[in-house]
Amino acid sequence: MTDGAIGPATPATPLSGASARRRSRIDVSVGGDRIYGWLTTAFALIVPILLGAIAWAVFRAGWPALHRFGISFFTESDWDPVHDRFGAAPAVYGTIVSSAIAIVLATPLAVGVAIFLSEFAPPRVRQPIAFLVDLLAAIPSVVYGLWGILVFVPFLREHVMSFIRDTLHLGGLPFFSGPAYGPSMLAAGCILAIMILPYISAVTREVLLAVPRSQREAALALGATRWEMIWDAVLPYARSGIIGGIILGLGRALGETMAVTMVIGNAHDISASLFAPGYTMASLIANEFTEATNELHVSSLMAVGAGLFIVTVIVNVIARWLVWRTARGKSI
Amino acid sequence: MSSAAAPAKPAVRRTLRRRKFTSNLMIALTCVAALLATLPLILILTQLLRLGATSVNWTFFTHMPVPAGESGGGMANAIAGTVMIVAMASVIGLPVGIGAGLYLAERGSARLATSVRFLSDVLNGMPSIVLGIFAWQLLVRPFKHFSALAGGVALAAMMIPLVTRTTEEMIRLVPVATREAALALGYSKWRTSLSVVLRTALPGIVTGSLVAVARIAGETAPLLFTALGNPFWSLSPTRPIAALPLQIYSYAISPYDDQHAQAWAGALVLIALVLVISLAARFATRSKFGTGGD
Amino acid sequence: MAPAVIERVVPIATTAELEAGAPACVATESLSASFGSARAVRDVSFSVNSGQVTAIIGPSGCGKSTLLRCLNRMHETVPGARVEGVVRFEGRNIYAPGVSAIGVRRHIGMVFQRPTPFPTMSIRDNVAAGLKILPRADRPSKHETDAVVEDALRRAALWDEVKDRLDASAIALSGGQQQRLCIARALATSPTVLLLDEPTASLDPISTQKVEELVYELKSQLTVIIVTHNMQQAARISDRTAFLLAGELIEYAATNTIFTTPSDPRTEAYVTGRFG
Repeated sequence: MTDGAIGPATPATPLSGASARRRSRIDVSVGGDRIYGWLTTAFALIVPILLGAIAWAVFRAGWPALHRFGISFFTESDWDPVHDRFGAAPAVYGTIVSSAIAIVLATPLAVGVAIFLSEFAPPRVRQPIAFLVDLLAAIPSVVYGLWGILVFVPFLREHVMSFIRDTLHLGGLPFFSGPAYGPSMLAAGCILAIMILPYISAVTREVLLAVPRSQREAALALGATRWEMIWDAVLPYARSGIIGGIILGLGRALGETMAVTMVIGNAHDISASLFAPGYTMASLIANEFTEATNELHVSSLMAVGAGLFIVTVIVNVIARWLVWRTARGKSI
Repeated sequence: MSSAAAPAKPAVRRTLRRRKFTSNLMIALTCVAALLATLPLILILTQLLRLGATSVNWTFFTHMPVPAGESGGGMANAIAGTVMIVAMASVIGLPVGIGAGLYLAERGSARLATSVRFLSDVLNGMPSIVLGIFAWQLLVRPFKHFSALAGGVALAAMMIPLVTRTTEEMIRLVPVATREAALALGYSKWRTSLSVVLRTALPGIVTGSLVAVARIAGETAPLLFTALGNPFWSLSPTRPIAALPLQIYSYAISPYDDQHAQAWAGALVLIALVLVISLAARFATRSKFGTGGD
Repeated sequence: MAPAVIERVVPIATTAELEAGAPACVATESLSASFGSARAVRDVSFSVNSGQVTAIIGPSGCGKSTLLRCLNRMHETVPGARVEGVVRFEGRNIYAPGVSAIGVRRHIGMVFQRPTPFPTMSIRDNVAAGLKILPRADRPSKHETDAVVEDALRRAALWDEVKDRLDASAIALSGGQQQRLCIARALATSPTVLLLDEPTASLDPISTQKVEELVYELKSQLTVIIVTHNMQQAARISDRTAFLLAGELIEYAATNTIFTTPSDPRTEAYVTGRFG
């Protein structure tokens, strides 16, 4: 039966004996291929379904508030649970300001570190420093918050704020006016800067490494100093990728919750002063949820979440598009 | 050259000196940036060790939290809770992530695949508190109580894009030749994908999965209104459950010093947990055969 | 089961019997293959008899590897690849609807240009890889598998070098050893035909020689079709040679004829080294 003999074959006969038996079993495998295909497709489809479910959940939860207040929900600044008046403008303002501070502080540092690591660092120094910078991303948000609330904020209050106010006499400026108890927009911005630094740095490093050697060598051959080479030949090439990294960091900063809620002071205020406490959208939700008094209050918090959802989706799409564009540009 | 070059020379030299000075200055500034960038990490870690090490003791791991003012409290329930929630999240998140990663690696250019990859990246950037809202709306509101399961689902949603991306990358790294060798032997496509390709990429996938696990273990925001926290010992999936990050948070914002000390201890343990998992990930990538055959 | 597995490869008819009209083992009829819109193989028709070594030669990019890969339905694993025409294995069209590619590949084995041992498997598991997937009725027991593994390694001239470390990682072997391992792996399933795609291209001269001796010995047990860009190699080990140029079969005759008295001027130009 299992001879598999190579005998005379006519077009009508099946492949040799044993394989005919094998063949009927082989058809089962082809079924296996189809099942495998369906399974992996199903798992992959969970991603868009999940995203849709998140959008649905967030808007469903926030609908009562959105329906009641409309778009003015995000422009009104009166947040009064007792009188059922909810305006999330302070939170929106705080989100923008704290993220802006974070970007302003983090970007030069992150790009500087990335340039240092990819261009100047001696090999023995490169590994440990890169590792340390990347490790910043592994620290949980709550640990940043803990350090923030117990170490950094007191430090800010006792040394930095008084330095700026009294020693530099800048207390007259609107940015530094008002009481300075510690928890503030500035504190939030600084901690956010530390948290998003590794992301901007990692993307920048990657993009810098992808700049072809020929660009660098051409600049040097023309007599450029090392810095000029970087500024004129390397950075422009990597520009959209770096901007993509910055926007990626921005996306992270927008959604950061725990560290911010622990150091920002949690006050529904719009103030020009960086020393004043405030709210961000994420920290507002985190802080008030457990104390939410009624359905509308909860729904308002969820509506803030819906706003946060939309903003981060937009920012992330822009970031990915930019990074994607650099990647495409590279291959051309 | 022309005689006009003679008076030009000092000017060129001055410019060159200035340019070189600028260059060296900028290089020095990037060194400063590097130092400044590593400073917070060193500060935080040393402070963590200093303030937390004293409170990490046997009691910490075996006792339950006690009211403020009393001594001898611990975070046993929180540690167990974190383990449980992370396990639940992994049970959901790992298969989905690996399956989706397989799909993306093998059907890379199909239109559905590019959309899924893009949406996975969008999901990756979703604030974790929004994921908490999602799980709350889905699993807490209808049943009217908080649960460990809801927390697990929120964390799973966070895990899926992470695992998907690393799995796809690792599968893509397996050379086409390996796949072809299996096909040429008569392996069916699904067998090739699972027994040969996935198996070859497994160390990298395990690393990626462990990194994702370490990431979600430290998350607090998604648990705020799903798992909620629990002062008592509970491992039930349908009841609120304590978690290490939640406990650290509630102690950190309390006004009591001894609870602050406990918070530092908790943070130290959490970081140690994250580190141990990352090291385990590094360990997993070592070939089981070691280096160089026999 | 080991002896039975070897017996499945029955003694092949002598050349005389073949030339008397026994059916070809592998034959193509107007075979064309393309990658998307680019044609790699154009309208090739030839047949290979059992018990012979057939070489396919030609300059780089002439389509010889593509042609080879059409013979065991590996060409279609590339996205966008298409095959037209007929390939007959023992008389039956392997591209007919209803014929499973997997079944074909279990009868027609392949060894690739670069050694491709499965990196996570031991030497033993690598060789036995093709046996693990046989349907339950045909699958050998552990004891039988070990016998098949030993036999395959002996036939691949690798047994003596690895017999003491069958459980070591396959990637710890040298390049030449890995390639012989791949040959052993292909032989373990007792295929009727063995396709070799430039098997010695990445090997050192000693390993190359070992593989060539191996091919020569295999001749009596199965049919071998080898693609090579090394003309001397083709001359050394093959019985018949096919010359391909830009996807077309220019000439197909006894090796001796191709290399001493080719009929087509292009063949002559190639084998005398005027191009390629």
